[in-house]
Amino acid sequence: MFEDGVPIFTQLAEAIEADILRGTYPEGAQVPSLNELAVFHRINPATANRAVAQLVDRGVLIKRRGIGMFVADGARQLIADERRKLLVERYVNPLLAEARALGLSEQDLITLITKEATP
Amino acid sequence: MSAVEITHLTKRYGHVTALDDVTLTIDESSITGILGRNGAGKTVLMSIITAQDQPTSGTVRVFGEDPTENAAVLSRTCFIRDNQRYPDECKLDHVLRIGRLFYPNWDDGLASRIATELDIPTDRHVRKMSRGQLSAVGLLIGMASRAPLTFFDEPYLGLDATARTMFYDLLLADYAEHPRTILVSTHLLDEMENLLENCVLLSRGTMLKHGSIDELRSGGWEVSGAWADLEPLLAGRRVLRERRMGALGIVIVEGDERFAREARNRGLTVAPASLHDLVAAYGLLDHDMAEVAR
Repeated sequence: MFEDGVPIFTQLAEAIEADILRGTYPEGAQVPSLNELAVFHRINPATANRAVAQLVDRGVLIKRRGIGMFVADGARQLIADERRKLLVERYVNPLLAEARALGLSEQDLITLITKEATP
Repeated sequence: MSAVEITHLTKRYGHVTALDDVTLTIDESSITGILGRNGAGKTVLMSIITAQDQPTSGTVRVFGEDPTENAAVLSRTCFIRDNQRYPDECKLDHVLRIGRLFYPNWDDGLASRIATELDIPTDRHVRKMSRGQLSAVGLLIGMASRAPLTFFDEPYLGLDATARTMFYDLLLADYAEHPRTILVSTHLLDEMENLLENCVLLSRGTMLKHGSIDELRSGGWEVSGAWADLEPLLAGRRVLRERRMGALGIVIVEGDERFAREARNRGLTVAPASLHDLVAAYGLLDHDMAEVAR
Protein backbone atom coordinates (compact mmCIF):
# COMPACT_ATOMS: atom_id res chain seq x y z
CA MET A 1 0.00 0.00 0.00
CA PHE A 2 3.00 2.33 0.32
CA GLU A 3 4.58 4.30 -2.49
CA ASP A 4 8.01 5.78 -3.06
CA GLY A 5 8.67 9.38 -2.31
CA VAL A 6 6.79 9.98 0.92
CA PRO A 7 8.29 8.55 4.14
CA ILE A 8 6.47 5.37 5.19
CA PHE A 9 5.69 6.74 8.65
CA THR A 10 3.92 9.75 7.11
CA GLN A 11 1.90 7.48 4.84
CA LEU A 12 0.94 5.24 7.78
CA ALA A 13 -0.09 8.26 9.88
CA GLU A 14 -2.28 9.46 7.01
CA ALA A 15 -3.81 6.01 6.58
CA ILE A 16 -4.76 5.92 10.28
CA GLU A 17 -6.20 9.43 9.98
CA ALA A 18 -8.26 8.38 6.97
CA ASP A 19 -9.63 5.44 8.99
CA ILE A 20 -10.58 7.80 11.81
CA LEU A 21 -12.34 10.17 9.38
CA ARG A 22 -14.15 7.25 7.80
CA GLY A 23 -15.27 6.06 11.22
CA THR A 24 -13.35 2.77 11.12
CA TYR A 25 -11.85 3.87 14.43
CA PRO A 26 -14.52 5.97 16.21
CA GLU A 27 -13.49 8.52 18.83
CA GLY A 28 -12.66 6.80 22.08
CA ALA A 29 -11.97 3.48 20.32
CA GLN A 30 -8.73 1.58 20.73
CA VAL A 31 -6.41 1.44 17.70
CA PRO A 32 -4.12 -1.53 16.93
CA SER A 33 -0.83 -1.86 18.83
CA LEU A 34 2.53 -0.98 17.29
CA ASN A 35 3.33 -4.63 16.75
CA GLU A 36 -0.01 -5.27 15.09
CA LEU A 37 0.50 -2.28 12.79
CA ALA A 38 4.05 -3.40 11.92
CA VAL A 39 3.06 -6.97 11.09
CA PHE A 40 -0.09 -5.97 9.21
CA HIS A 41 1.64 -3.35 7.06
CA ARG A 42 4.93 -5.31 6.81
CA ILE A 43 7.02 -2.46 8.17
CA ASN A 44 9.65 -2.11 10.86
CA PRO A 45 8.09 -1.53 14.32
CA ALA A 46 10.24 1.60 14.69
CA THR A 47 8.50 3.04 11.63
CA ALA A 48 5.08 2.25 13.10
CA ASN A 49 6.22 3.93 16.30
CA ARG A 50 7.17 7.12 14.43
CA ALA A 51 3.76 7.29 12.77
CA VAL A 52 1.93 6.82 16.04
CA ALA A 53 4.18 9.24 17.94
CA GLN A 54 3.36 11.89 15.35
CA LEU A 55 -0.40 11.31 15.85
CA VAL A 56 0.00 11.41 19.63
CA ASP A 57 1.94 14.70 19.38
CA ARG A 58 -0.84 16.25 17.31
CA GLY A 59 -3.53 15.14 19.72
CA VAL A 60 -5.17 12.65 17.36
CA LEU A 61 -4.32 9.61 19.49
CA ILE A 62 -3.95 9.25 23.25
CA LYS A 63 -1.60 6.76 24.87
CA ARG A 64 -2.87 5.09 28.03
CA ARG A 65 0.11 3.46 29.61
CA GLY A 66 -0.18 -0.30 29.93
CA ILE A 67 -3.53 -0.35 28.13
CA GLY A 68 -3.02 0.91 24.59
CA MET A 69 -3.73 3.73 22.22
CA PHE A 70 -7.10 5.38 21.69
CA VAL A 71 -8.66 7.90 19.32
CA ALA A 72 -8.86 11.24 21.11
CA ASP A 73 -12.14 13.11 21.56
CA GLY A 74 -12.38 15.74 18.83
CA ALA A 75 -9.88 13.87 16.62
CA ARG A 76 -12.21 13.79 13.61
CA GLN A 77 -12.69 17.55 13.64
CA LEU A 78 -8.96 18.09 14.06
CA ILE A 79 -8.15 15.87 11.07
CA ALA A 80 -10.90 17.41 8.93
CA ASP A 81 -9.55 20.93 9.62
CA GLU A 82 -6.01 19.93 8.72
CA ARG A 83 -7.09 18.15 5.56
CA ARG A 84 -9.13 21.15 4.42
CA LYS A 85 -5.93 23.21 4.49
CA LEU A 86 -4.13 20.50 2.53
CA LEU A 87 -6.93 20.42 -0.05
CA VAL A 88 -5.75 23.74 -1.48
CA GLU A 89 -2.11 22.74 -1.58
CA ARG A 90 -2.63 19.26 -2.93
CA TYR A 91 -5.54 19.63 -5.31
CA VAL A 92 -6.55 23.23 -5.97
CA ASN A 93 -3.10 24.65 -6.74
CA PRO A 94 -2.09 21.86 -9.17
CA LEU A 95 -5.52 22.14 -10.80
CA LEU A 96 -5.03 25.90 -11.32
CA ALA A 97 -1.54 25.35 -12.71
CA GLU A 98 -2.80 22.73 -15.20
CA ALA A 99 -5.74 24.96 -16.22
CA ARG A 100 -3.38 27.87 -16.88
CA ALA A 101 -1.11 25.66 -18.95
CA LEU A 102 -4.16 24.71 -21.02
CA GLY A 103 -5.26 28.33 -21.38
CA LEU A 104 -8.45 27.88 -19.34
CA SER A 105 -9.69 30.83 -17.33
CA GLU A 106 -10.86 30.62 -13.71
CA GLN A 107 -14.41 30.99 -14.97
CA ASP A 108 -13.92 28.08 -17.39
CA LEU A 109 -12.72 25.98 -14.46
CA ILE A 110 -15.69 26.91 -12.28
CA THR A 111 -18.08 26.04 -15.13
CA LEU A 112 -16.29 22.72 -15.55
CA ILE A 113 -16.49 21.87 -11.82
CA THR A 114 -20.15 22.84 -11.60
CA LYS A 115 -20.95 20.68 -14.62
CA GLU A 116 -19.10 17.67 -13.16
CA ALA A 117 -20.72 18.13 -9.75
CA THR A 118 -24.26 18.15 -11.17
CA PRO A 119 -25.55 14.64 -11.64
CA MET B 1 22.66 0.93 23.91
CA SER B 2 24.80 -0.32 21.07
CA ALA B 3 25.18 -3.99 20.21
CA VAL B 4 28.21 -3.52 17.98
CA GLU B 5 30.90 -0.84 18.00
CA ILE B 6 33.51 -0.80 15.29
CA THR B 7 36.37 1.70 15.19
CA HIS B 8 38.82 2.25 12.33
CA LEU B 9 38.40 -1.29 11.10
CA THR B 10 40.63 -2.25 8.18
CA LYS B 11 40.95 -5.69 6.64
CA ARG B 12 43.53 -6.55 3.99
CA TYR B 13 44.04 -9.81 2.14
CA GLY B 14 47.46 -9.40 0.56
CA HIS B 15 47.17 -6.42 -1.75
CA VAL B 16 43.38 -6.31 -1.57
CA THR B 17 41.78 -3.96 0.93
CA ALA B 18 38.42 -5.55 1.77
CA LEU B 19 37.47 -2.99 4.42
CA ASP B 20 39.02 0.43 4.69
CA ASP B 21 38.86 2.36 7.97
CA VAL B 22 35.23 1.56 8.81
CA THR B 23 33.79 3.12 11.97
CA LEU B 24 30.18 2.40 12.88
CA THR B 25 27.76 1.60 15.68
CA ILE B 26 24.81 -0.78 15.49
CA ASP B 27 21.97 0.00 17.91
CA GLU B 28 20.56 -2.74 20.06
CA SER B 29 17.07 -3.89 18.99
CA SER B 30 17.15 -2.71 15.43
CA ILE B 31 17.11 -4.27 11.97
CA THR B 32 19.98 -3.01 9.83
CA GLY B 33 20.47 -3.66 6.13
CA ILE B 34 24.03 -4.12 4.86
CA LEU B 35 23.89 -2.80 1.31
CA GLY B 36 26.34 -2.59 -1.55
CA ARG B 37 27.53 -4.41 -4.65
CA ASN B 38 29.10 -7.84 -4.66
CA GLY B 39 32.65 -7.46 -3.40
CA ALA B 40 31.82 -4.31 -1.42
CA GLY B 41 32.87 -5.99 1.86
CA LYS B 42 29.49 -6.99 3.32
CA THR B 43 30.37 -10.60 4.15
CA VAL B 44 33.85 -9.68 5.45
CA LEU B 45 32.29 -7.14 7.79
CA MET B 46 29.88 -9.71 9.21
CA SER B 47 32.64 -12.33 9.48
CA ILE B 48 34.80 -9.99 11.52
CA ILE B 49 31.98 -8.93 13.87
CA THR B 50 31.32 -12.63 14.55
CA ALA B 51 35.07 -13.30 15.06
CA GLN B 52 35.20 -15.77 12.16
CA ASP B 53 37.86 -13.51 10.68
CA GLN B 54 40.37 -11.16 12.26
CA PRO B 55 40.82 -7.45 11.50
CA THR B 56 44.15 -6.21 10.11
CA SER B 57 43.73 -3.15 12.31
CA GLY B 58 41.01 -1.44 14.29
CA THR B 59 38.75 -2.71 17.06
CA VAL B 60 35.44 -4.55 17.25
CA ARG B 61 33.27 -4.64 20.37
CA VAL B 62 30.17 -6.80 20.59
CA PHE B 63 27.98 -6.17 23.63
CA GLY B 64 30.95 -4.20 24.96
CA GLU B 65 33.46 -7.04 24.63
CA ASP B 66 36.05 -8.34 22.19
CA PRO B 67 34.29 -11.22 20.38
CA THR B 68 37.49 -13.18 19.63
CA GLU B 69 37.29 -16.62 21.30
CA ASN B 70 34.76 -15.12 23.66
CA ALA B 71 32.17 -17.81 24.41
CA ALA B 72 29.93 -15.41 26.34
CA VAL B 73 29.62 -13.18 23.29
CA LEU B 74 29.55 -15.86 20.59
CA SER B 75 26.73 -17.86 22.20
CA ARG B 76 24.62 -14.71 21.81
CA THR B 77 25.55 -14.40 18.16
CA CYS B 78 24.18 -16.27 15.15
CA PHE B 79 25.65 -15.82 11.64
CA ILE B 80 23.93 -17.51 8.71
CA ARG B 81 26.20 -17.40 5.68
CA ASP B 82 24.84 -17.48 2.15
CA ASN B 83 26.93 -20.62 1.56
CA GLN B 84 26.48 -22.07 5.05
CA ARG B 85 27.98 -25.59 5.25
CA TYR B 86 26.58 -28.45 7.30
CA PRO B 87 28.12 -31.81 8.27
CA ASP B 88 27.79 -34.37 5.43
CA GLU B 89 25.41 -36.87 7.02
CA CYS B 90 23.26 -34.16 8.56
CA LYS B 91 19.45 -34.16 8.24
CA LEU B 92 17.02 -31.49 9.43
CA ASP B 93 16.59 -33.30 12.75
CA HIS B 94 20.35 -33.05 13.47
CA VAL B 95 20.33 -29.37 12.61
CA LEU B 96 17.52 -28.80 15.12
CA ARG B 97 19.40 -30.71 17.83
CA ILE B 98 22.60 -28.72 17.23
CA GLY B 99 20.62 -25.48 17.36
CA ARG B 100 19.05 -26.50 20.65
CA LEU B 101 22.49 -27.28 22.14
CA PHE B 102 24.23 -24.21 20.86
CA TYR B 103 21.78 -21.33 21.33
CA PRO B 104 20.49 -20.61 24.84
CA ASN B 105 17.34 -18.87 23.51
CA TRP B 106 16.53 -21.59 20.94
CA ASP B 107 12.78 -21.99 20.39
CA ASP B 108 11.65 -25.47 19.31
CA GLY B 109 8.11 -24.38 18.54
CA LEU B 110 9.27 -21.63 16.20
CA ALA B 111 11.73 -24.05 14.55
CA SER B 112 9.07 -26.62 13.72
CA ARG B 113 6.66 -23.91 12.57
CA ILE B 114 9.24 -22.58 10.12
CA ALA B 115 10.11 -26.10 8.94
CA THR B 116 6.44 -26.70 8.13
CA GLU B 117 5.73 -23.31 6.61
CA LEU B 118 8.82 -23.33 4.40
CA ASP B 119 8.30 -26.99 3.54
CA ILE B 120 11.78 -28.21 4.53
CA PRO B 121 12.13 -31.98 3.87
CA THR B 122 12.88 -34.00 7.02
CA ASP B 123 14.21 -37.18 5.40
CA ARG B 124 16.77 -35.67 3.06
CA HIS B 125 20.46 -35.08 3.80
CA VAL B 126 21.17 -31.37 3.99
CA ARG B 127 23.98 -31.76 1.43
CA LYS B 128 21.41 -33.03 -1.10
CA MET B 129 19.00 -30.14 -0.58
CA SER B 130 18.27 -27.58 -3.27
CA ARG B 131 19.55 -24.02 -3.01
CA GLY B 132 16.15 -22.82 -1.82
CA GLN B 133 15.84 -25.58 0.78
CA LEU B 134 19.34 -24.75 2.10
CA SER B 135 18.34 -21.11 2.44
CA ALA B 136 15.21 -22.21 4.30
CA VAL B 137 17.34 -24.21 6.77
CA GLY B 138 19.48 -21.11 7.30
CA LEU B 139 16.43 -18.95 7.94
CA LEU B 140 15.11 -21.52 10.39
CA ILE B 141 18.35 -21.54 12.42
CA GLY B 142 18.69 -17.76 12.31
CA MET B 143 15.14 -17.16 13.48
CA ALA B 144 14.77 -20.02 16.00
CA SER B 145 18.13 -19.21 17.62
CA ARG B 146 16.58 -15.96 18.87
CA ALA B 147 20.20 -14.86 19.24
CA PRO B 148 20.47 -11.31 20.60
CA LEU B 149 22.68 -10.56 17.59
CA THR B 150 21.67 -12.33 14.36
CA PHE B 151 23.26 -12.01 10.91
CA PHE B 152 21.72 -13.12 7.63
CA ASP B 153 23.96 -12.97 4.57
CA GLU B 154 21.65 -12.77 1.54
CA PRO B 155 19.19 -15.16 3.15
CA TYR B 156 16.82 -15.40 0.19
CA LEU B 157 18.99 -17.18 -2.43
CA GLY B 158 16.93 -19.73 -4.34
CA LEU B 159 13.72 -18.97 -2.43
CA ASP B 160 10.62 -18.33 -4.50
CA ALA B 161 8.48 -15.22 -3.99
CA THR B 162 6.03 -17.06 -1.70
CA ALA B 163 8.77 -18.36 0.60
CA ARG B 164 10.44 -14.96 0.74
CA THR B 165 7.17 -13.29 1.70
CA MET B 166 6.68 -15.92 4.42
CA PHE B 167 10.16 -15.12 5.71
CA TYR B 168 9.52 -11.37 5.85
CA ASP B 169 6.25 -11.94 7.73
CA LEU B 170 7.87 -14.39 10.14
CA LEU B 171 10.79 -12.06 10.74
CA LEU B 172 8.59 -9.07 11.54
CA ALA B 173 6.16 -10.97 13.73
CA ASP B 174 8.90 -12.64 15.74
CA TYR B 175 11.00 -9.47 15.94
CA ALA B 176 7.99 -7.54 17.25
CA GLU B 177 7.49 -10.13 20.02
CA HIS B 178 11.19 -10.68 20.71
CA PRO B 179 13.15 -7.56 19.77
CA ARG B 180 16.80 -8.24 19.00
CA THR B 181 19.59 -6.91 16.85
CA ILE B 182 19.43 -8.18 13.29
CA LEU B 183 21.80 -7.44 10.41
CA VAL B 184 20.92 -8.58 6.95
CA SER B 185 22.80 -8.14 3.72
CA THR B 186 20.50 -7.88 0.74
CA HIS B 187 20.19 -6.87 -2.89
CA LEU B 188 16.38 -7.13 -2.83
CA LEU B 189 15.75 -3.56 -1.75
CA ASP B 190 12.27 -3.17 -3.18
CA GLU B 191 11.15 -6.18 -1.15
CA MET B 192 13.02 -5.52 2.06
CA GLU B 193 13.43 -1.77 2.55
CA ASN B 194 10.31 -1.44 4.70
CA LEU B 195 11.60 -4.10 7.09
CA LEU B 196 14.78 -2.16 7.74
CA GLU B 197 15.26 0.62 10.26
CA ASN B 198 18.91 1.43 9.53
CA CYS B 199 21.41 0.75 6.80
CA VAL B 200 25.12 0.54 6.14
CA LEU B 201 26.09 1.21 2.54
CA LEU B 202 29.48 -0.16 1.48
CA SER B 203 31.39 0.40 -1.74
CA ARG B 204 34.74 -1.28 -2.37
CA GLY B 205 35.43 -1.62 1.34
CA THR B 206 34.56 1.97 2.18
CA MET B 207 31.47 2.95 4.13
CA LEU B 208 29.55 5.48 2.04
CA LYS B 209 26.47 5.86 4.24
CA HIS B 210 25.37 4.81 7.70
CA GLY B 211 22.14 5.90 9.30
CA SER B 212 18.39 5.46 9.16
CA ILE B 213 16.79 4.23 5.95
CA ASP B 214 14.59 7.33 5.93
CA GLU B 215 17.68 9.56 5.99
CA LEU B 216 19.23 7.73 3.06
CA ARG B 217 15.95 7.75 1.16
CA SER B 218 15.28 11.46 1.64
CA GLY B 219 18.82 12.49 0.65
CA GLY B 220 18.61 11.79 -3.08
CA TRP B 221 16.46 13.05 -5.95
CA GLU B 222 15.81 12.24 -9.55
CA VAL B 223 15.65 15.53 -11.41
CA SER B 224 14.85 15.85 -15.10
CA GLY B 225 14.20 18.60 -17.61
CA ALA B 226 16.05 20.97 -19.90
CA TRP B 227 19.79 20.56 -19.37
CA ALA B 228 20.24 24.35 -19.52
CA ASP B 229 17.99 24.68 -16.43
CA LEU B 230 19.36 21.61 -14.74
CA GLU B 231 23.10 22.08 -15.03
CA PRO B 232 23.47 25.30 -12.94
CA LEU B 233 21.74 23.54 -10.03
CA LEU B 234 24.36 20.82 -9.88
CA ALA B 235 27.33 23.00 -9.00
CA GLY B 236 28.97 21.77 -5.79
CA ARG B 237 26.65 18.75 -5.52
CA ARG B 238 27.40 15.07 -5.71
CA VAL B 239 25.80 13.80 -8.90
CA LEU B 240 25.38 10.05 -8.72
CA ARG B 241 24.12 9.47 -12.24
CA GLU B 242 23.69 11.57 -15.30
CA ARG B 243 21.95 10.79 -18.59
CA ARG B 244 21.55 13.18 -21.53
CA MET B 245 19.39 13.15 -24.62
CA GLY B 246 19.66 16.19 -26.86
CA ALA B 247 18.67 19.22 -24.79
CA LEU B 248 17.21 17.04 -22.02
CA GLY B 249 18.92 15.62 -18.98
CA ILE B 250 18.10 13.38 -16.05
CA VAL B 251 20.26 13.06 -12.95
CA ILE B 252 20.25 11.37 -9.58
CA VAL B 253 21.74 13.88 -7.19
CA GLU B 254 22.19 14.37 -3.45
CA GLY B 255 20.20 17.18 -1.90
CA ASP B 256 17.71 18.16 0.78
CA GLU B 257 14.10 19.36 0.59
CA ARG B 258 15.21 22.90 -0.17
CA PHE B 259 17.16 21.72 -3.17
CA ALA B 260 14.07 19.86 -4.40
CA ARG B 261 11.93 23.00 -4.05
CA GLU B 262 14.47 25.09 -5.89
CA ALA B 263 14.55 22.57 -8.73
CA ARG B 264 10.74 22.54 -8.92
CA ASN B 265 10.67 26.33 -9.01
CA ARG B 266 12.90 26.20 -12.06
CA GLY B 267 10.28 24.10 -13.81
CA LEU B 268 12.21 20.83 -13.50
CA THR B 269 10.54 17.52 -12.70
CA VAL B 270 11.64 16.32 -9.28
CA ALA B 271 10.93 12.98 -7.66
CA PRO B 272 12.58 11.34 -4.67
CA ALA B 273 14.99 8.68 -5.89
CA SER B 274 13.92 5.20 -4.83
CA LEU B 275 16.23 3.37 -2.45
CA HIS B 276 16.87 0.89 -5.23
CA ASP B 277 18.01 3.66 -7.62
CA LEU B 278 20.10 5.35 -4.94
CA VAL B 279 21.96 2.22 -3.94
CA ALA B 280 22.50 1.26 -7.57
CA ALA B 281 23.84 4.75 -8.29
CA TYR B 282 26.17 4.75 -5.29
CA GLY B 283 27.45 1.38 -6.46
CA LEU B 284 28.46 2.93 -9.79
CA LEU B 285 30.54 5.62 -8.17
CA ASP B 286 34.22 5.23 -8.34
CA HIS B 287 34.71 6.64 -4.89
CA ASP B 288 37.99 8.36 -5.73
CA MET B 289 35.92 10.37 -8.17
CA ALA B 290 33.11 10.76 -5.68
CA GLU B 291 35.34 12.55 -3.20
CA VAL B 292 35.83 15.29 -5.74
CA ALA B 293 32.79 17.52 -5.67
CA ARG B 294 31.89 19.01 -9.02
